[in-house]
Amino acid sequence: MTDALVDLPDLRVEPRWRRLIGRLLADRSAVLGGAILLLLLVCAVAAPLIAPYDPLAIAPMARLRPPSPQHWFGTDEVGRDLFSRIVYGTRYFLLICAVAASISASIGTLLGLLAGAGSALVDGVIMRLIDVLLAFPYILMVLVVVAILGPSLWTGMAAVGIAGIPGYARLIRSAVLGVKREDYVDGARVLGASETEILFGTVLPNVLSPLIVYLSYATPLAALLASALSFAGLGAQPPIPEWGAMLVNARTYLFSAWWAVTAPGAALFVAIFGLNVLGNGLRDVLDPQG
Amino acid sequence: MKPPPVLAVEGLSVRYPVRGGLFGGVTGHVAAVDGVDLAIARGEALGLVGESGCGKSTLGRTAVALQRPTSGRVMLRGQDLFALGPRDLKHQRRHAQLVFQNPKTCFDPRRTVGGSVRMALDTQDLLDPGDREPAVADIFARVGLRPEHRSRYPHELSGGQLQRIGIARALILRPELLVCDEPVSALDVSVQAQVLNLMKELQAEFRLALLFISHNLAVVEYVADRVAVMYYGRIVELASRAALFAGPRHPYTRALLAAVPSMDPARRDEAAPHLGEPPDPARLPSGCRFRSRCHIAFARCAADDPALAEANPGHAVACWAAVPDGPSVPASA
Repeated sequence: MTDALVDLPDLRVEPRWRRLIGRLLADRSAVLGGAILLLLLVCAVAAPLIAPYDPLAIAPMARLRPPSPQHWFGTDEVGRDLFSRIVYGTRYFLLICAVAASISASIGTLLGLLAGAGSALVDGVIMRLIDVLLAFPYILMVLVVVAILGPSLWTGMAAVGIAGIPGYARLIRSAVLGVKREDYVDGARVLGASETEILFGTVLPNVLSPLIVYLSYATPLAALLASALSFAGLGAQPPIPEWGAMLVNARTYLFSAWWAVTAPGAALFVAIFGLNVLGNGLRDVLDPQG
Repeated sequence: MKPPPVLAVEGLSVRYPVRGGLFGGVTGHVAAVDGVDLAIARGEALGLVGESGCGKSTLGRTAVALQRPTSGRVMLRGQDLFALGPRDLKHQRRHAQLVFQNPKTCFDPRRTVGGSVRMALDTQDLLDPGDREPAVADIFARVGLRPEHRSRYPHELSGGQLQRIGIARALILRPELLVCDEPVSALDVSVQAQVLNLMKELQAEFRLALLFISHNLAVVEYVADRVAVMYYGRIVELASRAALFAGPRHPYTRALLAAVPSMDPARRDEAAPHLGEPPDPARLPSGCRFRSRCHIAFARCAADDPALAEANPGHAVACWAAVPDGPSVPASA
């Protein structure tokens, strides 16, 4: 049968993830977004080394100082160093992103998988539930959850996470509906794979690309909403250096001490922008036939 | 005593509801498979031919338990596939494997092809885990690929290579029944012959009961020992390859054979008989379902539905012209 062998060129095949990394590095927006995310991560991990002051230390004598070599971003209304607070704030920002995204992505994906692969009854029940969740405006739903659990950093994150579930569920369901008709699903079934094995071993890996792309879009939105909650007094409580919460008191001094609003506002802007740009890059790399 | 056939299909029907109208109600049924009996013994290759849409793929899918029949039984090694619990069905699946029509879509794009073949062993829990990878390498070599091909992803390989791997994935489980659903129709003609040769070789080597589905008579003639001709859900003629190709009895089979282009210059000017438009599968004609396209149909064909009956020993036909005293199929509700 050697005549039948159509030879392949003998090049070494790179593993899939290596190729993906290569393509990400070639994508300008992915690199910019990745750099910003890396900066946030470094700040969060090494906050005590980077921040020159204790983020919670009050200094009544040094209140509302403008930016200077001593206080790069100035100080707030009780004299805390804004730069230190921003640096520590990355921890809360990333925590919110991680917790909210984990809640919505895990529950949403599970519901979407079950709805897409389950019987018509299962699908119907789950999707009507999702429709009910979607019928409420996002912010209203968050307020309801906070009202039930009481305002705190954790309930704020949970609320934002829960509010994000429907989006993931719908996305995954539609992706599953497409994938489960594929020949290779029958291929696994003929080998004797159980429906559960097929769902998690074959269907789930094949819906990961849209999931990752959606994750990168939905997470910055969730983080922004969580900051808005803190700003409204329903999320992180003072004196936690969460950026949204920092804006609350600072807004009183908008005209006399512009830096007190600018610092957390700019930090939020840069962080959200970075995640969004990273999402764009990921979509470009993952979407066209990963 | 003769051993039981590897695959025995008994009175098999698969009906699909036809939905239509304002509220999407069920307005009728299409019988993709309509009362088929068929048996394949160990080491035997049965070719199943028919036009597209005649139900041959549906029949093949029921044989590997991918499609549940509306009525009838599929007996694999003496056990009714659709009466088994999930655990027993899983074990039976090892013995009935499928080679897909389109090799480009039947592999998980997220897995290496070696991983897909290995998954067969993992799923069925065959061999010690340490012996599985060498077994995959062996079967790759057996189907004419190099062991290094295992680390490739499906989109990196050609259709012919993928179909070889499709065969490898099925055969690594050492099944007794192999269903091939148009295994070469998606391949280039130059590659078709190679894959067909490989299948024939492996069929003999593993003594497979082979259900070979194709619309291509030339391919079936090459591979099959016996040939079944299917027309809108029914087997209308079933005979050994030699008998069928030398002396087809059903007018449909004759028309199919006449439609094959001939290399014989003497026959070049013969006009192939024209079959006319295929019927609407939801509204098949009364009596014999072929009569609307049959040039020898007579009065009885509209009244009685002919069942498959032996015209000569080993040569069964469902046609009143061929077997005037044969049984008829009782009209079903």
